[in-house]
Amino acid sequence: MSERFFPDGMPPPLADATTLPWWQAAAEHRLVVQRCTACGHTRLPPAPICSECRSEDSDWREVSGRGEVYTYTLVHRPIAAGQELPFVIAVIALEDAGGVRILSNLVDVDPDVLEIGMPVELVWEDMSADLAIPRFRPRQG
Amino acid sequence: MSRPRAHIVGIGESRYTRWGKIGDVTEHALACQAIQRAVADAGLSLDDVDGMASFAEDRNEAIFLAAELGLPALRFANMVWMPGGGGGCAAVANAAMAVETGQAEVVVVYRSLCQGQFFRFGNPVADAGAPTQPAPPTVQQASSLLLASMGFAMPYGLLMAAAAYALPTRRHMHLYGTTSEQLGAIAVTFREHASRNPRAVMGGRPMTLEDHQASPMIADPHRLFDCCLESDGACAVVVTSQERARDLARPPVELLASEQGTPRGYAFGPFTNANVADELYATGACEEMAGRLWGKAGLGPRDVDVAQIYDHFTGCVLMQLEDYGFCKRGEGGPFVESGALAWKGGSLPTNTHGGSLSEAYIHGLNHVVEGVRALRGESTSPVEGAEVCLVTSAACVPSSAVLLGRR
Ligand SMILES: [Zn+2]
Repeated sequence: MSERFFPDGMPPPLADATTLPWWQAAAEHRLVVQRCTACGHTRLPPAPICSECRSEDSDWREVSGRGEVYTYTLVHRPIAAGQELPFVIAVIALEDAGGVRILSNLVDVDPDVLEIGMPVELVWEDMSADLAIPRFRPRQG
Repeated sequence: MSRPRAHIVGIGESRYTRWGKIGDVTEHALACQAIQRAVADAGLSLDDVDGMASFAEDRNEAIFLAAELGLPALRFANMVWMPGGGGGCAAVANAAMAVETGQAEVVVVYRSLCQGQFFRFGNPVADAGAPTQPAPPTVQQASSLLLASMGFAMPYGLLMAAAAYALPTRRHMHLYGTTSEQLGAIAVTFREHASRNPRAVMGGRPMTLEDHQASPMIADPHRLFDCCLESDGACAVVVTSQERARDLARPPVELLASEQGTPRGYAFGPFTNANVADELYATGACEEMAGRLWGKAGLGPRDVDVAQIYDHFTGCVLMQLEDYGFCKRGEGGPFVESGALAWKGGSLPTNTHGGSLSEAYIHGLNHVVEGVRALRGESTSPVEGAEVCLVTSAACVPSSAVLLGRR
């Protein structure tokens, strides 16, 4: 099991048949984006149809998880018991994912140096044997 | 020949209180109270009402209210499909469409909240009855499209609206240098307006910029006083045709134009969509819709005498002011700091009732009520000679707006 950043009581992901494959990939520590096999457009969250060419054909492409902070908020109210405050919710612009951003958390970050544009990298948090959540931390090295 | 336009001919409210303080009557009873008052204000009878319109997953379904109120027949019942407060003005627009197309003659638009009897609004997860985390934690089945979308926000602890709308506001600060003090100027101005409003929950609680800056941080950059109230209360407005409006008790207020909508690919906006287009991210996402609204009315921002801007959070007010063209993109901070929103001396007197930040949070239908008051000359922060009022619904989500007029 990985290092833990958030308590067990954090809300679970909710998924339907369209979005479940994304969470299944996450459980294997693969951060994926959905790519239209007709026009190459990349999308997240997953959707049944390409908004650009309306094709229903798509596959999943694994990305590096490198990116930078697009925006963020420091939240001072707990979501789950035993949570450290404040915690950081951030939008990360992924660098090799066809321009796609992802909503996540920043961990191991000093609020005083947190800023938009900060380079970050992916870190997986295993909430259980079946559930891994992608989070991000300041890029190291 | 111009088409006959619908008018708002009656307004009504229950008492407004802090969240959870109304426990002695049910939420639907409170809705009935506001509807009865609005119908009486119009000089109409409940026997005249044949339509009902609401928005945002209303718990108080029109078919039951119509039965409780003894309406002779319910010809039109409609709810706007948008999460949250973005659909308030759209509900008024839908009422107007019903009247203008002959589907109903007198439509009431209503909103009632007794949140202590249910759960707190502004948490789409709780609203939709999402499951809580089991042990061991695992992925859960989403029972709706909204919850599948929330599935990409919840595991990160994004459940609070204050945190969701902090994201575009933080980016606005980064792009344009907007400051917390500028956000505070909005809250302080609306609180001052509330000081004269006997209905305002925060009417007796003055606020200075120092108070705003000292209020606890909830979700940076949102301090407590950047966040709207959580309230119990109900309000309603009555919409009917121009012809019918002519002989009623109160001066009719004309619906000059209405618009609703959302830009391409926006979905639920920044709450669950990290991929809102870059040029839209640090905005209220109302600019396209505002352009259509001005075009339809043949009016522009300069023609607006008074505005009621949906104020769930101060940053969302600031971004809407830019969307609607009251100032240039990025200049909302200096605009509000200049005192532009003040009822006296401001170039755009805004939220003359105190808004959701200081009157009450009735999902913005109270902004429509105040828009009517402002044009009737009945506001407690009156703008003399006001002829055109802009009312907006929640921004940074799919939104709607109406332009009200008095001739
Ligand atoms: Zn495509």
